[in-house]
Amino acid sequence: MTEQKNPCCTGSNPGFAELGAYIDALKIDPKDPERKEMLIMTLHKAQSIFGYLPSEVQKFVAKKFSIPHADVSGVISFYNYFTTTPKGKTNISICMGTACYVNGSDKILQDFEKALGIKSGQVTADGRFSIESLRCVGACGLAPVVLINEHVYGKVKQGQAEKIIEEYLIEYGEPVEVE
Amino acid sequence: MTTRIESFEQLKQKYEEYKSLVEVRADLDYDGDQKFILVCGGTGCVSSKSLQIVENFQNLIKEHGVENKVRASISGCFGFCEKGPIVKVFPENVFYVQVTPDDAKEIFEKHIMNDEVVDRLLYVEPVTQKRMHDSLEMPFYRRQMRVALRHCGLIDPEIIEEYIGVGGYQSMAKVITQMSPEEAIEIMKQSGLGGRGGAGFSAGRKWEFGRMYQSDRKFVICNADEGDPGAFMDRSIMEGDAHTVIEGMAIAAYCIGADQGYVYIRAEYPLAVKRLQIAIDEARELGLLGKNILGTEFSFDVDVRLGAGAFVCGEETALIQSIQGNRGEPTTKPPFPAEKGLWQQPTVVNNVETLANVPVIFDKGPEWFANIGTEKSKGTKVFALAGKVNNVGLVEVPMGTTLRQLIFEIGGGVRGGGKFKAAQSGGPSGGCIPEQFLDTPIDFQSLGQIGSMMGSGGMIVMSDSDCMVNIARFYLEFIVEESCGRCVPCRVGTKRMLEILTDITKGKGTPEMLVELQSLAETVKDTALCGLGQTAPNPVLSTLRYFMDEYKAHVEEKRCPAGVCTDLLHYEINPEKCIGCTACARACPVNCISGAPKQVHVIDQEKCIKCGNCLEKCRFGAVIRK
Repeated sequence: MTEQKNPCCTGSNPGFAELGAYIDALKIDPKDPERKEMLIMTLHKAQSIFGYLPSEVQKFVAKKFSIPHADVSGVISFYNYFTTTPKGKTNISICMGTACYVNGSDKILQDFEKALGIKSGQVTADGRFSIESLRCVGACGLAPVVLINEHVYGKVKQGQAEKIIEEYLIEYGEPVEVE
Repeated sequence: MTTRIESFEQLKQKYEEYKSLVEVRADLDYDGDQKFILVCGGTGCVSSKSLQIVENFQNLIKEHGVENKVRASISGCFGFCEKGPIVKVFPENVFYVQVTPDDAKEIFEKHIMNDEVVDRLLYVEPVTQKRMHDSLEMPFYRRQMRVALRHCGLIDPEIIEEYIGVGGYQSMAKVITQMSPEEAIEIMKQSGLGGRGGAGFSAGRKWEFGRMYQSDRKFVICNADEGDPGAFMDRSIMEGDAHTVIEGMAIAAYCIGADQGYVYIRAEYPLAVKRLQIAIDEARELGLLGKNILGTEFSFDVDVRLGAGAFVCGEETALIQSIQGNRGEPTTKPPFPAEKGLWQQPTVVNNVETLANVPVIFDKGPEWFANIGTEKSKGTKVFALAGKVNNVGLVEVPMGTTLRQLIFEIGGGVRGGGKFKAAQSGGPSGGCIPEQFLDTPIDFQSLGQIGSMMGSGGMIVMSDSDCMVNIARFYLEFIVEESCGRCVPCRVGTKRMLEILTDITKGKGTPEMLVELQSLAETVKDTALCGLGQTAPNPVLSTLRYFMDEYKAHVEEKRCPAGVCTDLLHYEINPEKCIGCTACARACPVNCISGAPKQVHVIDQEKCIKCGNCLEKCRFGAVIRK
């Protein structure tokens, strides 16, 4: 059975050239028993290029490191930071660290879930938004904290979800066509 | 343009040269006419637009053409995150809180140009309502003693000249040019510095082991995988004073005989990663890292390795696996990393805060350091004070400070007038400390005795509106998600504990479950492979020990005294107080409140989802939660 090609990740995607150049610069010796040292750093790079780590990218990395695909996928599945499914263009992360939790971040998460009609870990059908919960970002002075892409919103109160998303889109979002 | 610093002498010359850069800030008796504006550049304040504030100041300085008299820059965390963004003006040491980018103009025109303090931006002491000019008078700072954080909120972390200007890298220079590794290790042992990652093991002895094992390749690793939710000490040190950590690592490397170091840091800390990388590049450029440092035989370099969101990687053997590009599963000890660590070579793993203390010990002497703290725990400890406390922030106090001093004096007491219920130290590995121990002096030993642990320094304050059963469940949920699955007690045991706790919070608990929970927790504690599993039951054991009443209320009366566990809650309307204003009915998301205007309203218990909106909306106290 041939594997279904994901259109964003065929060999022609320029991301592969960028990732390939990054790995080539590491000068990996296929016989070096310590060659996996830069694997996790490489996966960070790959995720920053592609947004997630689909099977094509994993195989590409495995080949470049001369290691089995299983080694790469084993590492990816172990670490929370790596994801094999794409996130929304606007990714909303709600901090579930203790300081945020005791200040009601579970309620804030519900708010965002309600506002976008998806659950934590899901992406909206149009691919615009996704929600996830994450562990402490260390901005406990601002608890409860919400991150939209890399922007931090602190001291979030219940009922502000829609307002915050709107604010974000006005300030940082790409222009959206009104349907 | 920069040239390498080739000797200790040259470093001292650079110090003399750069001293003036920081003198307005560092010298308390400064009487020149320079002014310096320092804006907090920690994660918390940056997210409240502090970088914009600095930019505004810099533009104002240019517009007014006062570049030779006034300077503005960012600094590391001041610690008072609750009131961020913070701006400090030197030499007057005036401390402005909650500054917005627009306020920059007023501060500049009044304070900088006319020496007139902007009163409205000063911190107001909540008890006396007095506006505080000088940060050193504030209760938040008065009791603190900043050793590991000594440069946070003083120097610009992205400029190595400023670090050299406060005497930076001189401890390393002294050690590598004037001491043998054995002498340096002896000093570390005399200082009594214990590992700040949580266990408190003597750093000097750890280095001694690292030195003892022979190999031509050895490593120093800085553990910056600060995974405890609610802890941000290490992040602040990395963001505010990364050079201190690098200097500490270099001294460690010299002592054990390593030439390569790694900083293993969380990917969730992008700002800390960036500042650390800048610091490493700067140090390399000046020859403070690299081959033949300061013209000696000693060579040492540091590289950054990113974590990827796995709590267990804070455990040193798991961390080593992760640097090797593997799944971060811990391995059995012994052999300890000091014997067989990274790539099976002798490796010393130290925590960020531990390393930040090292240069001070060589600067001020081991006796000075050993004089701070308690009999067995020396020095200071940085705590990340968070949760239901008024002054959330980063505080550093001598070991032996009591919880009461920490939470009520420095922390300003429980937020929102709530009653103190417990302090949780040590993150998911620690326990909940009840009120009766508020006067216990905090050190590694005392916290262990009362069923918690120092951990890395997270200190979460909980009030009477927090349910301790739910908190235990929250931590277990974290552990279950983070357990690497390698050993059975942790993989299965914590999962079973979570199931029991979830049942209890849903009102399905039985008295037998409490017995089972206790025995399960003890078994996991005794049999798990690594530190994560062995300490995972602590939140459960400590809450069972000190808050049994609450467990019993959940199990026997199906009641949550704190009003948190939704399934155990019950809302009703007191007909005597209800005036029929309809506010509750309009706020109800499932339309389960009925009643005509000006008539008594009733909640349909079948439909109620217990969201509590009605309680919040009612202005007449008619909605009751039971």
